[in-house]
Amino acid sequence: MELWFTEQHTPNVRFSIKVDKQLFSETSEFQRIDIFESAEFGRILVLDGRVQITEKDEFVYHEMITHVAMCVNPAIKKVLLVGGGDGGTARELLKYDTIEKIDLVEIDAMVVEACRKFIPQTAGCLDNPRVHIFFEDGLKFIRRVENEYDLIIVDSTDPFGPGEGLFTKEFYGNCYHALTADGIMVNQHENPYYSRDAVAMQRAHKRIVNSFLISRVYQCHIPTYPSGHWLFGFASKKFHPISDVDFKRWKSLNLQTKYYNTKLHRGAFSLPTYVEKLLREVEEN
Amino acid sequence: MAIEYLTQDRAPILEALEKMKAARLVPFDVPGHKRGRGNRELAEFLGQDCLDVDVNSMKMLDNLCHPISVIRDAEKLAAEAFGAANSFFMVGGTTSSVPGEKIILPRNVHRSAINALILCGATPVYVNPQVDERLGISLGMKTSEVIAAMEKNPEAKAVLVNNPTYYGICSDIESLTKAAHARGMKLLADEAHGTQLYFSSKLPKSAMSVGADMAAVSVHKSGGSLTQSSILLTGENINTGYVHQIINLTQSTSASYLLMSSLDISRRNLALHGEEIFNGVIDLVEYARDEINSLGGYYAYGRELIDGDAVFDFDITKLSIYTRTIGLAGIEVYDILRDDYDIQMELGDIANILAYISIGDRKKDIERLVSALADIKRNYRKDPSKLLKMEYIDPIVDATPKEAFYAKKKSLPLEETIGETAAEFLMCYPPGIPVLAPGERVTREILDYIRYAKRKGCQITGPEDMTIRRLQVIRKGNSDFYTNP
Repeated sequence: MELWFTEQHTPNVRFSIKVDKQLFSETSEFQRIDIFESAEFGRILVLDGRVQITEKDEFVYHEMITHVAMCVNPAIKKVLLVGGGDGGTARELLKYDTIEKIDLVEIDAMVVEACRKFIPQTAGCLDNPRVHIFFEDGLKFIRRVENEYDLIIVDSTDPFGPGEGLFTKEFYGNCYHALTADGIMVNQHENPYYSRDAVAMQRAHKRIVNSFLISRVYQCHIPTYPSGHWLFGFASKKFHPISDVDFKRWKSLNLQTKYYNTKLHRGAFSLPTYVEKLLREVEEN
Repeated sequence: MAIEYLTQDRAPILEALEKMKAARLVPFDVPGHKRGRGNRELAEFLGQDCLDVDVNSMKMLDNLCHPISVIRDAEKLAAEAFGAANSFFMVGGTTSSVPGEKIILPRNVHRSAINALILCGATPVYVNPQVDERLGISLGMKTSEVIAAMEKNPEAKAVLVNNPTYYGICSDIESLTKAAHARGMKLLADEAHGTQLYFSSKLPKSAMSVGADMAAVSVHKSGGSLTQSSILLTGENINTGYVHQIINLTQSTSASYLLMSSLDISRRNLALHGEEIFNGVIDLVEYARDEINSLGGYYAYGRELIDGDAVFDFDITKLSIYTRTIGLAGIEVYDILRDDYDIQMELGDIANILAYISIGDRKKDIERLVSALADIKRNYRKDPSKLLKMEYIDPIVDATPKEAFYAKKKSLPLEETIGETAAEFLMCYPPGIPVLAPGERVTREILDYIRYAKRKGCQITGPEDMTIRRLQVIRKGNSDFYTNP
């Protein structure tokens, strides 16, 4: 018997992983949640049919969404994590002893529950006393907060499901006000390759450019995400992500990472020409 | 093909269309797109399923001009669902006309009501609505003032009541119906924004439930049917044959089955699940009101407006938000929401915005609206003292709408029309309530209001001159003052 999980990356492109068995399948108030066991990628978390993390390649995404900002400003103490119920981003943040608190706002309690049970590799850290979990819509949580966080990480699903409200001007505008004067926001930006996703990426970028003084985009490679090429938005009120950085200081922390390093940090902001062009198009008008 | 047991879980027009599809007819009739084969682009855009049922009247589908089978059955079911004696499906919007010389109505009616006066020639007797000074919105009519108007005009044939207004305000329609009937007048209700009243025990009373004679219900607004479709409800004392004749004067003879089936399907859904659906809407709107009010600066108003008279009741499914306290006109917030936040509101006037919350809205969309309002308050807040306040202007009526509309006219630059009698409408759209109706005198106050509204970004409509620089007024002093329509 062969069992395959297939994700529709576009109406014309499919991506399949051979599955050993299905460990979890439930529909919450917000989405369908599945967890599979596979030979090639280990356990896989799937929301509404789209791969969120796999045990084998989640390190790329979670390291890149975390360490770039932490290297830019090692003084970060209070972090707001919007989404990220799988726990992977929180795990990376907890590597820094200097971080005092991580508020994790996840809309769907069932995602956290399922990951705690089946993917301890990422969710195991969620019992850490520095992590405070709120089950709420991030858009609602953020509008009550002002001048509170040094870093906001938007670790959302794609902009076509429950995470829709997190790719909007009202969300980024409210994030801006929730950040301190040194504040940084990192946003997962989708891929620039498939047209529907590229348009979403452009829209998100435009919204962020309008709200923040400094706004740069960086990239990484994630085998199980559509096109394998993934972008993040780095937005900040004060720090430039390369010229304002003391790379030696980060090295002196001696943190263990599998993907991120300071050389890659610099390089990640160098983007393919067609991506630069997509970004320029929305920056200019 | 009459259905033997008519129950609310049936949808006669839908069922007939499905049978027609299954019969795979060869269509040697209109429409010419022939199930979309003759217009592939349209079929691709709207979907094959949609074009499959865009058909003309035929034996198995009945005829809206003279319904004897499935349309009649669907209308019977709708009458039952809405608690009316009869119902008429309308596919050209909710414009109804009534015979009679005089009709008592509030001035803040939709232009379609005054259009009906132009068509039938009735003379309006306006009862000025009360105005909430702070919010700048017209309220309902005071029962005592309507009764005074009835006493003064005993020959009036009918009274027209908005139930509710765009903003959710209801007059005491029950007392008004009794008072009208005691004087041999009919009570007509404009329920363009009132579908939900028929399906929830938590909302103000519907016209039919208090014995009113006619109600025009725009099911397409809060009831979920397609744009342009609505239902006219009538009570026991209305001659249905005559109503049919009147409707047929203005309604298309090629009524769209897309529109009619959407009414049929929506009625079924409302009859079976209406209470649950509107409970959901009420919860959403109450949540939004609390959240918006907790932001500070905005005022999302609700049942606290009720005063037992001009605000006899309030429809809590309406989400109107007063914006002047943050120094922005409603229309300005309306524009910012659309241009910068991709949020389309139903209307923005001088002091308010209105979100139409219905059956199809989701909690996460409410979160977007509330968060956007929070962001706008921080980024665009201005000094509120610079905003113009007035909204409602008492009209001076020189001629009936019909006389003015068909009178010999002259076109003048807007500035030179003060003191003249308008022959055209002038209004901000939405809400589409005329600032000036045909037959009313132009005043300085009205022109100031129009200029201000235009500057704030309101869309001004009505005049033949689309640039709104000129206005047609009645040409006076001629012996043939009025032409014959």
